[in-house]
Amino acid sequence: MNPLQQLTKGFWKDNPIFVIGLGLCPALAVSSSLTNAIGMGIAATFVLIGSNMMIALLRNLIPAKIRIPVYIVIIATFVTIIDKLIAAYSPALSASLGIFIPLIVVNCIILGRAEAFASKNTVLDSLLDAIGMGVGFTIALCFIAFFRELLGEGKLFGHAIPLFKADPALIMIMAPGGFIVFGLLIALKRLMAGKGEN
Amino acid sequence: MGAELISIFIVAIFIENVVLSQVLGLCPFIGVSSKIDSAVGMGLAVTFVLLMASVVTWSVQNFILVPLQLEYLQTISFILIIAALVQFVEMVVKKTAPALYQSLGVFLPLITTNCAVLGISLINIKKGYNLIEATVNAGGAGLGFFFALLIMAGIRERLDISELPETMKGAPIAFVTAGLLATAFMGFSGLV
Repeated sequence: MNPLQQLTKGFWKDNPIFVIGLGLCPALAVSSSLTNAIGMGIAATFVLIGSNMMIALLRNLIPAKIRIPVYIVIIATFVTIIDKLIAAYSPALSASLGIFIPLIVVNCIILGRAEAFASKNTVLDSLLDAIGMGVGFTIALCFIAFFRELLGEGKLFGHAIPLFKADPALIMIMAPGGFIVFGLLIALKRLMAGKGEN
Repeated sequence: MGAELISIFIVAIFIENVVLSQVLGLCPFIGVSSKIDSAVGMGLAVTFVLLMASVVTWSVQNFILVPLQLEYLQTISFILIIAALVQFVEMVVKKTAPALYQSLGVFLPLITTNCAVLGISLINIKKGYNLIEATVNAGGAGLGFFFALLIMAGIRERLDISELPETMKGAPIAFVTAGLLATAFMGFSGLV
């Protein structure tokens, strides 16, 4: 796999959310507006890049038996850093993402990439993989958030959209809307890939 | 005091249902809800770990982290506590109740990365609950998870034998169903 494929595989083909089905909780919880989706995407990408590179760097030093606890400590360290950075520089985003920033620790995408990729590959490949998966995660979040914010509030990035403004379906920005939009989007992704289950 | 605790309990089960309203713990909710038997096992295991984790993380936060001004270590210490606790529970159950271990065994390790456990622990601290309130909230959240999983498993066993378009089979229809279930749960919001 050449570097470009390494980078772009997560964008769409192996998208962590729509195809692999990892990291669903943040995908549905913070996708009620595009601003939140992008904030969450950047935070998760930062953690992914940090932990993937650190683990790739230390992959020959970490004893195989205790690798999972070590990965979790490394991930939790980067999550704490981004948590404090967002709280300091963007209190509004910090308030609207709430506990979902510390919950990046248990986002299966990050531990999944650490175990499946960074523990076996070079630092550079792991960096590309992290950027690809992070961007893929952000794309998927924005995709869900686009429909939810447009239908639920009649807005995009907080700006009113003329045709949708009049009578928004409030349920779309609440939990049920997240489930329904997500279910329909995976179906759409499958339809485009031209195949059903497996 | 008593009325307040009951209200926290009811709110945690129905109104702020951990899966259907707070959107936490989706991976096991979708992954383990295809059979009623495994849904019951997972629900019990999560409730048990949630209760223990809430008591321990609350104590660590208020007796160690706050007095020593180490609040920034909250995320790291909580996730390590939960991981250690899950491992410990697994060992104890294996030694003392082999039959229970047989039925819960496979689900226990998965609970470490169930975001409901870390999520509820963080919410307890954020809302400033005392130890009793935190325990009641965790118990309610666990039961809420259990109910949501059980209802979902019942519906999915029925869905398996219905005729669906090929693209909607499996995950897509499960999410749309969860959405409708969550809409139904919103009806509880006037309860307290």
